[in-house]
Amino acid sequence: MLPRMASVSRFGFALRVPRESLRNVILGAARQERHASSSESALKKTELFEFHQQQGGKMVEFAGWSMPVQYKDSHINSHMHTRQHCSIFDVSHMLQTKFHGKDRVKFIESLIVGDVAELKDNQGTLSLFTNERGGIKDDLIVTKTDQGYLYAKLKEFKAAGHDVDMEYLDESLIALQGPSMAQVLQPGLSDDLSKLTFMTSTLTSVFGIQGCRVTRCGYTGEDGVEISVPRSGVVALVERLLANSEVRLAGLGARDSLRLEAGLCLYGNDIDETTTPVEATLVWTIGKRRRQTKDFPGADIIVPQIKAKTQKKRVGLVSTGPPVRQHTPILSPEGKKIGEVTSGCPSPCLKQNVAMGYVEAGFSKVGTPLQVEVRKKTVNAVVSKMPFVPTNYYTGQ
Amino acid sequence: MAMFVSLRCVSANFPSVLPLFSRAAQAPSSRLLWKACSPRTLSTASRLSAALKFTDKHEWVRVEGGVGTVGISNFAQEALGDVVYCGLPEVGAKLDQMEEFGALESVKAASELYSPLTGEVTEINQELADNPGLVNKSCYEKGWLIKMTIDKPEEVDALMDEAAYENFIKSIDN
Repeated sequence: MLPRMASVSRFGFALRVPRESLRNVILGAARQERHASSSESALKKTELFEFHQQQGGKMVEFAGWSMPVQYKDSHINSHMHTRQHCSIFDVSHMLQTKFHGKDRVKFIESLIVGDVAELKDNQGTLSLFTNERGGIKDDLIVTKTDQGYLYAKLKEFKAAGHDVDMEYLDESLIALQGPSMAQVLQPGLSDDLSKLTFMTSTLTSVFGIQGCRVTRCGYTGEDGVEISVPRSGVVALVERLLANSEVRLAGLGARDSLRLEAGLCLYGNDIDETTTPVEATLVWTIGKRRRQTKDFPGADIIVPQIKAKTQKKRVGLVSTGPPVRQHTPILSPEGKKIGEVTSGCPSPCLKQNVAMGYVEAGFSKVGTPLQVEVRKKTVNAVVSKMPFVPTNYYTGQ
Repeated sequence: MAMFVSLRCVSANFPSVLPLFSRAAQAPSSRLLWKACSPRTLSTASRLSAALKFTDKHEWVRVEGGVGTVGISNFAQEALGDVVYCGLPEVGAKLDQMEEFGALESVKAASELYSPLTGEVTEINQELADNPGLVNKSCYEKGWLIKMTIDKPEEVDALMDEAAYENFIKSIDN
């Protein structure tokens, strides 16, 4: 759900979404209905829209939604604050869906590559929707709950229209991300956060607001949670969190540079219907059992790729000098084009440029010296392992 | 608009005595127009408008002693955010008006630079190599980008003065 923040040709439109991602069409359809009465303009608004404006949020169009790209803090300050303290992100534009019924696991497994059956109660995983050609249709986080339904927080869900017992959650979603998250959130929880490990989830009240689902996950590389909260309580919750001086608001700008440093893919940039999970180096999302049963879309193409080499592979790149953005050509040391950057930015933490992109597999080894072509000049770059900045997920150890 | 055009033609003939752009010094455009009707106040107004000229791409140019100093506007630096890299041309580069001559890069975006005038680059701001944030902190002074010759003085006259630029921003900001 993050914007493409590639080269923007002119001021005033610093962020543009190149194409309406499919998930947003679905998401929009679901939300539009709910917001029909309040939507004066074409842009959809989250419950926090007015709050964002009051807090100095610079609102931009993002995939059909009006979302804050940053607040009063500069992009770099906001980025660094998240790495050192913690920040609230409004991610209510993401679709949240519940599935009911005894065949819910079978249904969702027919669409995605993950092993949902194997998940423990209240455990989640990042997974991928694939198409029949092995391409990635979308990514999502799926959480198996002990509430008698499969709670799927669908970051990108294209499968609407299927006749299944499915319910869109009419709730807000905020992320609280950063190393001081637990210190900030624990006083508002009856659950012990030290027992809520990465990708696990609990239904609880947060600072007295009932009916919140707290999942230890996020998209910044930091320890953090995402809190699904009833819309009627979201402003109060955000205000309560902001009362702690550790907490600041952060927008889409910081979110994009944070996820890039963490080596996390942005759907529509780094993965799409033309890239397979193997090419995208997301093999770990494909459940062991699912590799045997081969019963997810595109399995005939994807599973053999795990052992054989693919032609192209997603890699990380580090360089100095002019920043490397989406669509920057990647060249071999001899100057032959071998790939293209899918997203990149100057890293606020590393003070050098980080990027990811696809290269011919022969050039994908970490440490391989390559070149990138920025504004008709070639610049040296090196294939680097991701994450670029070490992640800080809470595994309980 | 005709008023603005004539005002700019006059103002181009006055040397700049207000080198520093100041938001406090700017008069509302209506007042500026009204003043322009009086010969005595015309010089006051023209001093203001002679200080900086703007393009619709948000570059500014200040003409002093036949040399143009070029930078980006406050509106532009705010939109771009923290500048972390300045890609600037070599001294001696010959530029046509509106030719791309470099780019400023923030964490979130890159923004190409377009020459406000036709001329040759005589100097680039070396300080920006180590301190690109000057573009944000001091976009009209220490954060200047290049200096250039002015090969076609009539191009200066056709650029927006400060009041016209303020109106232009209002028109695109809404």
